[in-house]
Amino acid sequence: MSAPAQLSPVREFLNSRGSGRLADSSFAALMLACACSIFVIVLFIFWILIRNSHLSLAAFGLKFFTRQAWDPVSGDFGALPFIYGTLMTSLLALLMAVPLALGVAIFLTELCPRPLRAPISFLTELLAAIPSVVYGLWAVFVLVPIMRDTLGPFLVKTLGWTGFFEGANFGVGLLTASIILAIMILPIISSLTRDIMTAVPNSQREAVLALGATRWEMIRIGVLRNSRIGIVGAVMLGLGRALGETMAVTMVIGNHPDIGKSLFAPGYTLASVIANEFSEATGDLYYSALIEIGLALFLVTIVVNAVARLMVWAVTRGAPSRVS
Amino acid sequence: MGVGIQVEDLNAWYGSTHTLQDINLHIPANHATALIGPSGCGKSTFVRCLNRMHETNPIARATGVVKMGGVDIYREASPVEIRRRVGMVFQRPNPFPTMSIYDNVISGLKLNGFRNRRILDETVERSLKQAALWEEVKDDLKKKSGASLSGGQQQRMCIARALAVDPEVLLMDEPASALDPVSTSKIEDLIFQLKSQYTIVIVTHNMQQAARVAENTGFFLNGKMVEFDSTHKIFTNPSDKRTEDYITGRFG
Amino acid sequence: MSTRPIQTLPLGDPRKPSRANTLRRYTADHIVTGLAVLATIIVLAPLAAILFYLVYKGASSLNFAFFTRIPAPVGEAGGGMANAIVGSGIILALASLMGIPIGIAAGVYLSEFGRGKFLGDAIRFTADVLNGVPSIVMGISVYSLVVKSQHHYSAFAGGIALAIMMIPTVTRTTEEMLATVPHAIREAALGLGVPKWRTAISISLRTASPGIITGCMLAFARVAGETAPLLFTAFGNQFWNFNLNEPIAALPLQIFVYAISPYDEWHRLAWAGALVLIVLIMVSVTLVRIFANRGVLKGGS
Repeated sequence: MSAPAQLSPVREFLNSRGSGRLADSSFAALMLACACSIFVIVLFIFWILIRNSHLSLAAFGLKFFTRQAWDPVSGDFGALPFIYGTLMTSLLALLMAVPLALGVAIFLTELCPRPLRAPISFLTELLAAIPSVVYGLWAVFVLVPIMRDTLGPFLVKTLGWTGFFEGANFGVGLLTASIILAIMILPIISSLTRDIMTAVPNSQREAVLALGATRWEMIRIGVLRNSRIGIVGAVMLGLGRALGETMAVTMVIGNHPDIGKSLFAPGYTLASVIANEFSEATGDLYYSALIEIGLALFLVTIVVNAVARLMVWAVTRGAPSRVS
Repeated sequence: MGVGIQVEDLNAWYGSTHTLQDINLHIPANHATALIGPSGCGKSTFVRCLNRMHETNPIARATGVVKMGGVDIYREASPVEIRRRVGMVFQRPNPFPTMSIYDNVISGLKLNGFRNRRILDETVERSLKQAALWEEVKDDLKKKSGASLSGGQQQRMCIARALAVDPEVLLMDEPASALDPVSTSKIEDLIFQLKSQYTIVIVTHNMQQAARVAENTGFFLNGKMVEFDSTHKIFTNPSDKRTEDYITGRFG
Repeated sequence: MSTRPIQTLPLGDPRKPSRANTLRRYTADHIVTGLAVLATIIVLAPLAAILFYLVYKGASSLNFAFFTRIPAPVGEAGGGMANAIVGSGIILALASLMGIPIGIAAGVYLSEFGRGKFLGDAIRFTADVLNGVPSIVMGISVYSLVVKSQHHYSAFAGGIALAIMMIPTVTRTTEEMLATVPHAIREAALGLGVPKWRTAISISLRTASPGIITGCMLAFARVAGETAPLLFTAFGNQFWNFNLNEPIAALPLQIFVYAISPYDEWHRLAWAGALVLIVLIMVSVTLVRIFANRGVLKGGS
């Protein structure tokens, strides 16, 4: 260095500071460790569920999911009724929710006057914020009486010929659970669909309009056709949510491990059986069977969510994904 | 006080693009050196190699020797140590939006752990006076946010921030290109004032600016340094035809 | 220049659309518009219904006793849910203490160190997938790890269950907020010789802090209403409890227990508790929206 004239105190101080290399690597390592905690959480859940279900896995193997019996007293366990209940309620919920969610998404992105857009979308987000137990509470005291006294008889009168509405109607059952489930998964499907539709560039819309299309045709051809994959992804995310929804469903599904054709009949889902019977599960096999159900739920929702996220990502190209 | 910079066989890459090829030059201490050349010729990359900012890009790398005041900055020091000795002013003003003017100016000191209040106060005043901004902001130092100033004022504040750490070298990457003519001339004035105290390297698109403020000028073209000489010679009687073509406006 | 009027195209020219076709297309357009509006109304109706019922059935029970007393024995009137409200507060504080720092650190990694790296993308993807795992699965996992080995339920276990639900949410919102910090600001700090770790904390985090706080509030509001993870960890408690190592009451848990019980008095309390829960959550969500409009958070849900 050139012969230093009197160094200013500032310069002296800064020259004396270290390279900061150790602090930088430690910091980066700490941040990395915290980031990897997410892997750790997933692996931990997987590992602990497998470990605690080995009794049931050993006793029943994969046939566990095709057997219908659920008798804790004699130690006979089979998850088929719950799979049936879960699938039925989820699919019914999707049937009701998807058209409505699409309708709301179309309304908010293409048809809604600008000043109304923010308040209405805010209201749909409020729907997403309502906790499951509050939905359940409302369903028990409002929806169930409606189903029992009004909606049920109406359905029997109009659609009774289909055979889906036979048997006693106490208000609780598969249909009621499906309805509350539909209300709960609506916000996520709708808001994701909105994201996807807004991601379609305006040039697409303008191109179709320039050809003389009506507004609906513009939406159908210019927007929906381009976002098909993403919308399927959004629907799958709704499915994933429906599969795992616990509290509201438990409160109105009747909690009876039956497989019946009637939508009025009580049912049981994978999540509800765990919620209802876990604390009273005496005996290691009982506990293990419930854990195995939890494991199945875990794996199925992971797969459904992973595929769904990939589809949504394909359309929004890794733009910040909506945290749900 | 400034130090001289010796560059030997400097090569730089962004990924697979060879952005700088075999640069050799000596930047004298306590003088202003201008670097001119058309867009994309590598002048910004070169300047960023001088304080190892080039490395902040994960796909960037550099080879060669850069000696600042006799210290090999790539082998004998860490990037953080070098950057503390070199001040940098960027093309667009980048004040810290959450800090007041006062905090912005001494950020280089405070964020490195300096605590002496009295010296901090003195440093703020000195740097803002050097940057010709003191009179305009002296009453609002802690009240106004750094981002609430006008563009020209923000850039002068960034210059003050760079000067506050008492650097040995001051690098300026097109400091006035985003500013209006009045601010530009103010900045050129202060470069003129500062160059006897620091070693200044200024990248500029504006040849008249180079002619006004710098004693030496280097002409870059396509990643190579074509010619480096006194400003007077470069602009009146360049040795290389390409230099002549550039300064007479045949391209660039 | 001819002065004859422009000739109309002959009927049947394919370039001219038939009136019937045009009518059909415009009718379809109107029908779809109507359906979309109808859908929106149908969707918002349950929201209105739920809020109405909560106020209608719950507001009258919100008295001083509700907020200060613990549940009365079955058959007696006048109990409250004070222990559940406080219990929720304790569990949420535990969860936040564990989940928020880890989540923010993970977000810092993804944004400041993990850009463009495969590991960063994998973590991001896994966080999103983890967000979709049913909360009851989290509950039974924490049960199997903590409660089973300790042989008792605890507030601590409940806090862990909620913490692992908060982590992916906080991670993603922190990362998104840090991404909005302009790179030029980081460069300014690095150029001054500020080490990378100090830049990340004092510059990036500080600049993005309003949005990050908002993200934490979102995660907080989300887990505040969760019942399933607490069923087998915190378990619930009819009495006051401030011991982290013992079962503790929680508002959503208590609402659930009361709602499925056969007692009218408990149903009344359930509605009141649900109203309190909803108000707290809606206030948080609204605050988040206000910050989002003023600040940089985009598309938070």
